[in-house]
Amino acid sequence: MLSRTADNLYWLARYVERAEYLARILEVTQRLTTLPLSYVGTSNEWESAVATAGCAGAFSAHYAEANEETVTEFLCFSTANPSSIRNCFELARTNARAVRTALTMEMWDAINGTWLQLKRFGNGPTSREEFMRFLRWVQESSLRFDGRAYRTMLRNDAYWFSRLGLYQERADNTARILDVKFHLLLPTNERVGGPLDYFQWAAILRSVSALTAYHWVYKESVKPWLIADLLILKDEMPRSLSSCYSNLVHNLDNIAQAYGRQGPAQRQARGIRTRLQNSRMEDIFQQGLHEFIEEFISSNNKLGSAITEQYLM
Amino acid sequence: MTVVFDEMTGADGSVRPPYGELSRWLAEVPPEVLDHRRREAELIFQRIGITFAVYGEADSQERLIPFDVVPRILAASEWEILSRGLEQRVKAINAYIGDIYGRREILKAGVIPEDLVFQNPVFRPEMNGQKVPHDIYVHIAGIDIVRTDASTFYVLEDNARTPSGVSYMLENREIMLRLFPELFSRHRVAPVENYTNELLATLKSVAPATASSDPTVVLLTPGIYNSAYYEHSFLADKLGVELVEGRDLFVKDETVYMRTTQGPHRVDVIYRRIDDDFLDPLAFRPDSALGVPGVMSAYQAGNVTLANAVGTGIADDKAVYSYMPAIVKFYLGEEPLLNNVPTWRCREEEHLRYVLDHIEELVVKEVHGSGGYGMLIGPKADKSQIDTFRAKLKAAPKNFIAQPTLALSTVPTCVEEGIAPRHVDLRPFVLVGRDRVRIVPGGLTRVALQKGSLVVNSSQGGGTKDTWVLDT
Repeated sequence: MLSRTADNLYWLARYVERAEYLARILEVTQRLTTLPLSYVGTSNEWESAVATAGCAGAFSAHYAEANEETVTEFLCFSTANPSSIRNCFELARTNARAVRTALTMEMWDAINGTWLQLKRFGNGPTSREEFMRFLRWVQESSLRFDGRAYRTMLRNDAYWFSRLGLYQERADNTARILDVKFHLLLPTNERVGGPLDYFQWAAILRSVSALTAYHWVYKESVKPWLIADLLILKDEMPRSLSSCYSNLVHNLDNIAQAYGRQGPAQRQARGIRTRLQNSRMEDIFQQGLHEFIEEFISSNNKLGSAITEQYLM
Repeated sequence: MTVVFDEMTGADGSVRPPYGELSRWLAEVPPEVLDHRRREAELIFQRIGITFAVYGEADSQERLIPFDVVPRILAASEWEILSRGLEQRVKAINAYIGDIYGRREILKAGVIPEDLVFQNPVFRPEMNGQKVPHDIYVHIAGIDIVRTDASTFYVLEDNARTPSGVSYMLENREIMLRLFPELFSRHRVAPVENYTNELLATLKSVAPATASSDPTVVLLTPGIYNSAYYEHSFLADKLGVELVEGRDLFVKDETVYMRTTQGPHRVDVIYRRIDDDFLDPLAFRPDSALGVPGVMSAYQAGNVTLANAVGTGIADDKAVYSYMPAIVKFYLGEEPLLNNVPTWRCREEEHLRYVLDHIEELVVKEVHGSGGYGMLIGPKADKSQIDTFRAKLKAAPKNFIAQPTLALSTVPTCVEEGIAPRHVDLRPFVLVGRDRVRIVPGGLTRVALQKGSLVVNSSQGGGTKDTWVLDT
């Protein structure tokens, strides 16, 4: 297949996944702001949302203060933020349009339909109800697109490249949410596990739709190291770093097999997965969660470059 | 004013035979049902993304071409005449182009003035003496046809470069089948869906001799900002070939390759939807970022087929148009089966004088214009427009031709006040392969939605209709 087509498919999946992630962050933030201050402390939830979205720098270049209005605008509708939900959908659709021939009709219909509906929301919601509807709609759009891709695409390189984009983006998102939230919460909440910070920790799980999963896996109250365990090491958790890398290795292997050739991307992905498989939570916390995550994000980015060099250009 | 021929209702008020069932159906179906279906069709078009871009309109990046749900119907006997005429015309066009870039017999015989060819900006000296695979220059032609009465069809324009619109022919039919199964069940309509199959067979048949037995065909698009991008992606999809942009291709050792995830892959046939000017920055416009550097050298070495060939513009220019009957006779020794619209060539002094004297009744067209731009419709123009054109004509008469305003036929059309006659034209698509000429029965019918308007171009608010050829 054309390198450009593979590139477009890869980014199409990434942008849709990113839009969903942003919507989840905002939904959780919105939820936290409804709690009494005594439950959540004095930290600014909106600031934290921007940091979790990975665009604190760009945000402060445009706004003086992080509050509901500015953060919503920046993360959802701003044209100045290249990763706003609106831009994600715009870019996803542009990529989709460029590779229409590689998409199934169902996938095109989903992404084009989303893009057409996006216009209905104009420059932002007029009420909180509408805003919540918008966030739900974003998540549903992503699920619809992903489901249609999963159900209708031929299992060939087009599918595998789109999966690579999805899992790379997802791994990056999970890593960021872990990094920002733990960074923010751990030092100030030394008596972890108390009733008050339950909501903060639960919020992390909620933002990766893992609250129920957590209870099924651990059958315990919400504890930070178990959350980290779930989101980093648990292979059965679809958003964990470990699961993302199992999938990345799997899809890269499919490509290598179909093309009859391995390359740096396959080796790097396997290397990262092995490191995850050989890690234990105690060691990670000992070494420093922040350092661990930082290194992960950087390896994940390097894998992105390797995939690009090997296939997408 | 001449009487306008309506394709459904004859001059005596009776319904013409091919429209019998449609006319009955139109009488039965409540207007709100039609209106509902029309809106449904629009929604489908929007969801599929069948849009086009209008250049120079920043606010409407992607627009829908209005679709009219009332089909335009031709009887088998009418199509038979048309299709024979089309084949003849396209054969003559190919012979003409080969001759101009070859022995130039037609110029030696004095049938066509030399400067008309050599001073034409679309004449490509690079093609002189150049062999093209199987001597076919125009593989895909779109011939615009208008009708003025029951038995008279005129060719209005030949499109021998990169004619577009065929995706509408195909999608219109799909939508009609979906929306009006009941109406179809009352007719036997010749299918058009095999067009892309025929196109692929045509393209493969003209692969260069050095290609493998299963040649690789690609469709070259200028990219997603081109007004016809939807059509490019649609066709590539139906053909099952890669939709490439210039940057996806490169030339090495006079061979064209595409960049794939598995490394370079040789390309044998390029169905290019990009103009000559932008095709190869090394051969033509050096500022073109859309083309493929070196593709002309691969073409000249005979390692790749371009469809259509480079330099075919010399055959579809409006000035050459007026010589088409002579061209048909010269190469085929036959009388043309399709008429030409009588045309005054303003390059000739006598004709120019006539045109200046009768400008109010004529349509004046720029020789190199297209899409309904650079055109004056005398009877509809005001004084200042006419004065502007008079001045233009005097300044550069060679750039213009003039034709009488034809009373284009009308077809019932769904408009605000109900069903009313609107003027139409027809663009059938002719495919020329090594083995034979293929024409699917039908084409793109364009309709001028404004009452009385004769301008059917989509860039000027025209719409489209499904075109049915019946089997009796």
